[in-house]
Amino acid sequence: MSAATEDHVYIVGAGHAGGELAFSLRQQGYEGPLTVVGEESHLPYQRPPLSKAYLKGECEATSLYLRQLAAYEKANIGLLLSRRVERIDRAGKQLVFDDGRAVGYSKLGLATGGRARRMTISDAARAERTGNFHYLRNIDDVMAIRSRFEAGQRLVVIGGGYIGLEVAASAIARGVKVTVLEALPRVLARVTAPQMSEFYEKVHRDAGVDLRTNIEVTGLDFNAAGDAVTAVHCIGGVVIPADFVVVGIGLLPNTEVAQAAGLEVDNGIVVNEYAVTSDPDIVAAGDCTNHPSVFCGRRIRLESVPNAVEQARVAAATLAGKPRAYESVPWFWSDQYDLKLQMTGLSQGYDQFVLRGSMQNKSFAAFYLKQGRLIAVDAVNRMQEFMVAKRLVAACKSFDPAALADESVPLKTLADPVQAAAPQA
Amino acid sequence: MSIRLSVVDRNGGEHEVDAAPEGSLMEALRELDYGVSAICGGMCSCATCHVYVAPEWLAKLPERQSDEGDLLAELQFRQENSRLSCQIQLQQEHDGLRLTLAPEE
Repeated sequence: MSAATEDHVYIVGAGHAGGELAFSLRQQGYEGPLTVVGEESHLPYQRPPLSKAYLKGECEATSLYLRQLAAYEKANIGLLLSRRVERIDRAGKQLVFDDGRAVGYSKLGLATGGRARRMTISDAARAERTGNFHYLRNIDDVMAIRSRFEAGQRLVVIGGGYIGLEVAASAIARGVKVTVLEALPRVLARVTAPQMSEFYEKVHRDAGVDLRTNIEVTGLDFNAAGDAVTAVHCIGGVVIPADFVVVGIGLLPNTEVAQAAGLEVDNGIVVNEYAVTSDPDIVAAGDCTNHPSVFCGRRIRLESVPNAVEQARVAAATLAGKPRAYESVPWFWSDQYDLKLQMTGLSQGYDQFVLRGSMQNKSFAAFYLKQGRLIAVDAVNRMQEFMVAKRLVAACKSFDPAALADESVPLKTLADPVQAAAPQA
Repeated sequence: MSIRLSVVDRNGGEHEVDAAPEGSLMEALRELDYGVSAICGGMCSCATCHVYVAPEWLAKLPERQSDEGDLLAELQFRQENSRLSCQIQLQQEHDGLRLTLAPEE
């Protein structure tokens, strides 16, 4: 630490990565002043349940908190909530807040996450000022959405990604009438194979969702007072009446403050394998980072809790002077209806799709191979095989597609082949 | 009234922990600075809240459901007394529960 600067680590962003970074830094032995700054009024909380259990009203906000307030007090972690960082003055090593106040930092952790991508149609700005047009990123968004979950209400979901589909499943469970609109020819198009898209489309239609693909939203209708959206217009003159609208069309990483401070940014705050940005006194972790992936052999930006947690620990280790490289294999999960989907690896660029099990029985694993090498697995209601699949994918090896598909061959035998007895010395 | 848990951390350190007899055991352990990471937040999707329950307590806990058994089956550090703490709802009768945090996989 520079003698000129008072020792104080600030963490910007109070999401999953920010919370983990703070506690992990304490576990790594840092005992100096430590403060987490967050824009929301909440303690760091889990976002995945927002589109699932919390949306259905099955749990309360405080149960989403990663840790309760007492844990922060015990670990002597300061919290500056409902506070936005306006800019980072790297030369003066200061954080400037939206209220004009400034504080000095010795080291900085950026865990700024992302925000919901907004619609760009001309009616969107007006719709955002109404009370029944929602994006879904934080607790307040979900509070507003779930208050409208009443049987018979008509919901139009714009976007057939994981968020949109999870919202649809949660809404159907509450008796809401749901239409999902996806602009691309299939749902989950960016992240999974056509076979998986087809499977999920059927599941949603069977559950009663009016799911439409290849359909572009062109405009919105408003009530006379202009304070509510009443219908969604699509290309080809299709008009879908709506009592409320939820938009789930992706996430934009929050990189503006980093960029304005002159840090390298390229689809995320650029960090190295130790989570260090282009400024050696600043680390970054979570959805906001563009980081090298040993597993993928390229730079990636992930939107995932496991990445947020693991990378936050790497960032904490760096700040604590005990650097270790980040080398986790990406994994994700999504719960819709009675389907437990678990995914490991990244399937982009695969050239072979191998199915094990039965889509009809809603119990299967889908293997993605690229030039023979297993690069990703999507498992539906196959938890035990998913745990094995994580090891298979992490091995970065080729596997016989026929063996992967053959249910009479336990997957485990592929992960742990019987070793030839080593010659005794 | 809170209940008391005896928790052995991953370095063998022993701790007495007071917890409310509500919510899951995972939620109580997540509060600790040496606790479980519980990445999936209790959805029974990740097995990062793995603990070993003292043998005399095993029969006093709700039985494993199939999801939990499936996840545990393939863990490297699985033992006979392995449980996923997110699947155990804490109750008053769990006062005195003894457990050890399993190594991270």
